[in-house]
Amino acid sequence: MYRFDYVRPKSVDEAGKFLAAQAKNGAKILGGGQSLLPTMKQRLAQPSALVAVAGLADLNYVRVAGNKVTIGGATLHDTVARDAQLQKLVPGLTHLAAHIGDPAVRNRGTFGGSVANNDPAACYPSAVLAIGGEIITNKRRIAVDQFFKGLFATALAEDEILTGWEFTAPKKSGYGKFLQPASRFAIIGAFVAQTDAGVRVAITGGGNGVFRAKPLEDALAKSFSAAAVEGVKVDMSHFNGDLHASAEYRAHLATVMTGRAVASCHGG
Amino acid sequence: MEKTLFKAKPKADGIGAKVLRREDQKFITGKGHYTDDMNRPGQAYAYFLRSPHAHAKIRSIDIAAAKSAPGVVALFVGKNMESDKVGSLPCGWTVKDRHGQPHKAPPHYPLARDTAKYVGDQVAVVIAETLEQAQDAAELIQVDYQVLPASVKCDATLKPGAPQIHAEAPGNLCYDWELGSQSDIDAALKSAAHVTKLTLVNNRLIPNAMEPRAALGEYDAGTGNYTLWSTTQNPHLLRLILCAFVLGISEAKLRVIAPDVGGGFGSKIFAYAEETVCAWASMKIGRPVKWTADRSQSFQSDAHGRDHVTVAQLGMDKDGKFVGLKVETIANMGAYLSSFSTCVPTYLYATLLAGQYTTPIIYANVKASFTNTSPVDAYRGAGRPEATYLIERLVENAAREMKMDPAVLRAKNFIKKTQFPYQTPVALVYDIGDYDASLNMALDMIDYKNWPKRKEAAKKSGKLRGLGFSTYIEACGIAPSAVVGSLGAGVGLWESAQLRVNATGTVTILSGSSSHGQGHATTFAQVVSSKLGIPADKVEVVEGDTGMIPMGMGTYGSRSLAVGGTAIMRACDKIIAKGKLIAAHLLEAKPEEVDFDDGEFIVRGTNKKRSFGEIAFTAYVPHNYPPDLEPGLDETAFYDPANFTYPAGCHVCELEITPETGEVKIVDWVAVDDFGTIINPMIVEGQVHGGIAQGVGQALLEHGVYDADGQLQTGSYMDYAMPRADLLPNMRLGFTVTPCTHNPLGAKGCGEAGAIASPPAVMNAITDALGISHMDMPATPEKIWQVLQGTTSQGKSG
Repeated sequence: MYRFDYVRPKSVDEAGKFLAAQAKNGAKILGGGQSLLPTMKQRLAQPSALVAVAGLADLNYVRVAGNKVTIGGATLHDTVARDAQLQKLVPGLTHLAAHIGDPAVRNRGTFGGSVANNDPAACYPSAVLAIGGEIITNKRRIAVDQFFKGLFATALAEDEILTGWEFTAPKKSGYGKFLQPASRFAIIGAFVAQTDAGVRVAITGGGNGVFRAKPLEDALAKSFSAAAVEGVKVDMSHFNGDLHASAEYRAHLATVMTGRAVASCHGG
Repeated sequence: MEKTLFKAKPKADGIGAKVLRREDQKFITGKGHYTDDMNRPGQAYAYFLRSPHAHAKIRSIDIAAAKSAPGVVALFVGKNMESDKVGSLPCGWTVKDRHGQPHKAPPHYPLARDTAKYVGDQVAVVIAETLEQAQDAAELIQVDYQVLPASVKCDATLKPGAPQIHAEAPGNLCYDWELGSQSDIDAALKSAAHVTKLTLVNNRLIPNAMEPRAALGEYDAGTGNYTLWSTTQNPHLLRLILCAFVLGISEAKLRVIAPDVGGGFGSKIFAYAEETVCAWASMKIGRPVKWTADRSQSFQSDAHGRDHVTVAQLGMDKDGKFVGLKVETIANMGAYLSSFSTCVPTYLYATLLAGQYTTPIIYANVKASFTNTSPVDAYRGAGRPEATYLIERLVENAAREMKMDPAVLRAKNFIKKTQFPYQTPVALVYDIGDYDASLNMALDMIDYKNWPKRKEAAKKSGKLRGLGFSTYIEACGIAPSAVVGSLGAGVGLWESAQLRVNATGTVTILSGSSSHGQGHATTFAQVVSSKLGIPADKVEVVEGDTGMIPMGMGTYGSRSLAVGGTAIMRACDKIIAKGKLIAAHLLEAKPEEVDFDDGEFIVRGTNKKRSFGEIAFTAYVPHNYPPDLEPGLDETAFYDPANFTYPAGCHVCELEITPETGEVKIVDWVAVDDFGTIINPMIVEGQVHGGIAQGVGQALLEHGVYDADGQLQTGSYMDYAMPRADLLPNMRLGFTVTPCTHNPLGAKGCGEAGAIASPPAVMNAITDALGISHMDMPATPEKIWQVLQGTTSQGKSG
């Protein structure tokens, strides 16, 4: 690891001010450090400073009011997974959070860290994109549909802090994940949400970043059942091959995992 | 040859008792002392600059900027070691090729001299006040590399036109070796009613011991003595290699200490470049030098395992009786020869090709090749898993092709229990076994007669169910020195034990074995407890320090109980013999009238006796003592085994495949093993569980993959898939016992069996479920799915 400054602000405002001045010099936001720290240990990243937001009380929460949900940017995966109200309201989301990494990861990793990093194999981005709503930052609100910009890219500016996510709970939600055998990231993760705006299916793990799978959504709009997606093909341009799975296999899994996600919505 | 089997009385802390491991208190509570926990005054830290290229000429190395970087104490490159006449790391086993010529042995210098030969090859070492400073400085070293074409595949590297890796090994051939007669086997196969043929790959594995390798070298300028703390599995052998072959110092001047060692699986047997450099550099700079691998360095620089390509043919008569086995293997040695690399695919492999069967004619040809990859050497099982995998895959396919039940075909060809000792056509003499017993117990435990019903039920729920057998044998208790010497070993493979009875009757065992997770402190204490009739908690075990312990040969090859334990038994015998002399004097009897039984010396036919503790006290406070007897009760024994031991058994794997994804779920596992006498059933079960997990890891997950340029693609846990607990069902174990005939414990060894037995059981079950002839490991869900799509050639009848 290279040398860096460690900054522990007392509030989001203080963090924002520091970043406004230092982001251009290479300062970065540190959430739970589950992606950034291993990269730094490998000397593949050299931030000038880390601004730790994980401990900020104003970013650590799950709030449920009726069917409106807000999740703070520094909320731990484990907190989301264990939230009793959320388990009833958005079971797909709590299931997803409960299956990220291992207990150590879930008790360090943060919602905002995962979504802002937008790793193409991370689980959370699929839930956010499928459920919709708005990403809240220290500067503005961003519609989820405008947020994800492909591989490790989002609408966030360098000095912008993801403080939360606000959404209306979907009527039904489910997540199907096929594990990469080594890392246990998603080879393919499919999040299905039956929302007021219709069925939304978001696929992660394809290789080029999280995306919505229109053919699967169309099929589920007609019939919200696992059988409805059988054999439905998703555009191959979303998928890449690597050591662990070919593009063709990933495309196939996107359909199968969507089916499993739908089945879980029905208690399957 | 030891003929008398020691019969232990049942005892709560003796042989056969399920005693908790006394080591676990410290290991589980973080109180262990590992090499990296050691710190010496004035200690500096080493960081190795490693080649980023698989094959590159080193034109020049500019160290000026690095040398003046903050905190840098010293910086060394290959030519610094060359001018100090530091030698090449030797390969300790000379394999003679089919023309009687020794294998090609290109030099392996601790720091590369002219050419880097794999990604991770050590090019320079920076020693600094802190590890970070050493690493910072290493980034300032400018190496002018001329990148050369790389060769990574064990078979392709032997083809004309492949990049030449060592001038000493034309065509990248290390040796072309054979066992048996080619004309005999060709005739046997020609006369066979049916020949089953299979081409298979034994996938490269990366060991991944929990504790990475580490070393701390310290030189005492006042005495000229060196101390090297190392994560080694055999401190004495490391000392011998470093002194006699590499550093050219007296063995009496180097003390090697292996403190607690967190696993090895073979990868810590070998003498490595980094520990050599730490010892040498500590003398150069006059300060202790420490190095600890991070996980990435472990992936790159630990010796890897397996990596074979094999074509095998099994001939049968019309009734399915095996008439001959022909095996042609190419084995990857990697870029350099690691300490015992040459013997693994020859004497630890081809000699096991009889398996549990009476196959009368066996021929093996093994070509070992150099590639631009990490060196390959012994890894849990070492050659025996490779042999078992090919035999058991081949036998399973033979049964399918002959339309015979695989259990029936196996039993038909088993060596029967009346046939022992059994001379195989591949040099070994099996002393004892009962292969029908373990197969039959396994068939009962798995409920084989209802297997078709289970397969049918799975089919109804949309799953493909498969069942696979593996009836394996291994040669352990390594090894009779004269035998291995005649085959090219540069060392003897006996073991030592010193039994130091203290004045109060407690015992300190100094063993030449070197535990790195096996639980010797518990098991050896149980052995001595039964043998000397004293409580196990009066017995302590000391290992891993050449400064304290007689020359020993370390722990690997499931040898520590069969060989090291027998040395302990012999030392006990010497203690008892001397104790009888003392007791006879005290009891006014003749020594030959004194018996030793369960901790007491008794004059036969009388009630006159002395306890073990009283005799020990007398030996050290010899006020009333036999006139010509030395005081003290402290005996050393060396034991050279008369033969290998032959653990064997039958594993059965039952699994289900989900056709839509190719996912595999192992639903049941039965393991019936014959390890001879078992000292601690709990430790043995743990060894079997761990071995099965490793073997299932090889079958389903693990694969060390290099790309065409020689970059390791599976260089971290992000990409190298290790087995986890949820991969395995509750493993059901059974044991049969045929005690080893040539050691007094009757023990055979259990450390490698699980890893040897399990890969073919899994792959036989997968190919059974899919109805195909073969699939190479690891059987990933995608490979299985591709077979089910009919889009791959893997799986077609071959």
